[in-house]
Amino acid sequence: MNIYVLLKSTFDTEEKIVVSNGTIQDEGAELIINPYDEYAVEEAIRVRDEHGGEVTIVTVGNDSSEKAIRTALAMGADKAVLINIEDDVEQIDQYTTAKVIAEYLKDKEADLILAGNVAIDNASGQVGPRVADLLGIPHITTITSLNIDGNVVSVIRDVEGDEEKIETTLPLLVTAQQGLNDPRYPSLPGIMKAKKKPLEELELDDLDLEEDDVLGKTKTIEVFSPPQKQAGKILSGDISDQVKELVSLLHNEAKVI
Amino acid sequence: MARKVLVLGEVKDCQLRGVSFEALAAAKAISEGGEIVGVLLGESVQSLANSLIHYGADRVVIVEDEKLSHYTPDGFSQALLAVVKEEEPEAIVLGHTSLGKDLAPKVASKLDCGLISDVIHIEVVGGNVVFTRPIYSGKAFEKKIVTDGLLFATIRPNNIASLSKDESRTGEVKSLSVDIKDLRTIIKEVVRKTSEGVDLSEAKVVVAGGRGVKSAEGFKPLEELAALLGGAVGASRGACDAGYCDYSLQIGQTGKVVTPDLYIACGISGAIQHLAGMSSSKVIVAINKDPEANIFKIADYGIVGDVFEVVPLLIEEFKKVKVNA
Repeated sequence: MNIYVLLKSTFDTEEKIVVSNGTIQDEGAELIINPYDEYAVEEAIRVRDEHGGEVTIVTVGNDSSEKAIRTALAMGADKAVLINIEDDVEQIDQYTTAKVIAEYLKDKEADLILAGNVAIDNASGQVGPRVADLLGIPHITTITSLNIDGNVVSVIRDVEGDEEKIETTLPLLVTAQQGLNDPRYPSLPGIMKAKKKPLEELELDDLDLEEDDVLGKTKTIEVFSPPQKQAGKILSGDISDQVKELVSLLHNEAKVI
Repeated sequence: MARKVLVLGEVKDCQLRGVSFEALAAAKAISEGGEIVGVLLGESVQSLANSLIHYGADRVVIVEDEKLSHYTPDGFSQALLAVVKEEEPEAIVLGHTSLGKDLAPKVASKLDCGLISDVIHIEVVGGNVVFTRPIYSGKAFEKKIVTDGLLFATIRPNNIASLSKDESRTGEVKSLSVDIKDLRTIIKEVVRKTSEGVDLSEAKVVVAGGRGVKSAEGFKPLEELAALLGGAVGASRGACDAGYCDYSLQIGQTGKVVTPDLYIACGISGAIQHLAGMSSSKVIVAINKDPEANIFKIADYGIVGDVFEVVPLLIEEFKKVKVNA
């Protein structure tokens, strides 16, 4: 089975986000595999181990993405491609990323493409469904279970806490929801092996694309930090009096109940 | 510049979702006086059309088909694209819900246009529609504009106030017949796991529990409090990892981002990942035994105490207020 994982490297969730001069400071920030993409990598490896084939990681990013890609290879993915378009495209958005990935995948005859349902940095959740549409294959988002039997695929999709049991066929693109699996930690031999696994680096030219083909349709004009919250009121006294005071404050001061 | 805006009315349990009314208000801001066209897709949705008009739609286009009885990306995208082709709008607004997140990128791809997801504020500045959205789960925000083509956005529930209901408004309701081709993903069964009632992402009140709640049993009083306030129960990752509740209740950088009017954090220490999912709530109450807990730094009101003692007292006190109200 020919399996691809769309992987983004993101800031570690522990990182504080500092805005200065209108951009997010990324110097020294710890980068990880986007947590939802980690489920996608794990699922891809499990599908390969059961059905045979190869897992290829596809990342649109830059040099700093390599660490996350090597981690995915250490988990067990077979090879990777890093597509760096930062020097070639002035305005990049999800439209751009999806077009670039779809162009790369269009002649790869992928059976199964997995991605995270959302990246924790930009949180648009657009790239997966867009890539599926550009490739002309169906997509199912936020899946918590995947079962492949021949050409028939049974999936459970999380819909705001409810479950849809869905049947479809390959080729297919799915996006992972939390609960799909428990991603493994890379083993030491895995880490050693990952260093030697193939990582192909591509630019826009290599995909026969021009900037105009993929130029973003939207643009960020400002980035800012949330307003600092005022320190709150810690109540004191007897617990039952505190509760009375709290309810009164919510009712009369905050007016939320 | 007046703009014609399409708004998809999302139907759940035979009712319009609150976010659809908010989407009409968003459309009004974008339209600058242009026409607002509500869209309803489903098997039998005609009866909801007037509701969209009461909340701001000038008229409504309906596509009814048994293949639309349940959401599928193929069915709904074909129907919505048919309406777009017929109406040729300058903008489209959907809710940033499970349906909107799944449908909007596919439709945007088909229309070869951009899409701004998860919008919390819309304003028109010098003729440009400016969309504000959280990034890094609310650790920062960005303002975006569309530089080419259709304006297309999904809006986050609970952030853009809906217009007030005006039952005197009337408008045309038109049916559009669409030949829905084969659906490639077939829904075999829907398993209802959430309780009837308020969806976590749309709830005005969220009562959330953390590790301090200690067990699945410990969530019972939180559920009672949430039900009393017409809200929903949420949880921290710690509580989900410990198996106290389902991952679908998780609030945080992984999990849901919520912005209710009132967030009551019970036994939640306030890890940075959790704060990212709830710190934009309008009023935050923290209840925790540890006075040093991080959650108190962002709480509007805090009680240092045992959840199991405080929550039942809160329930009693809220009941009194409700009786008096």
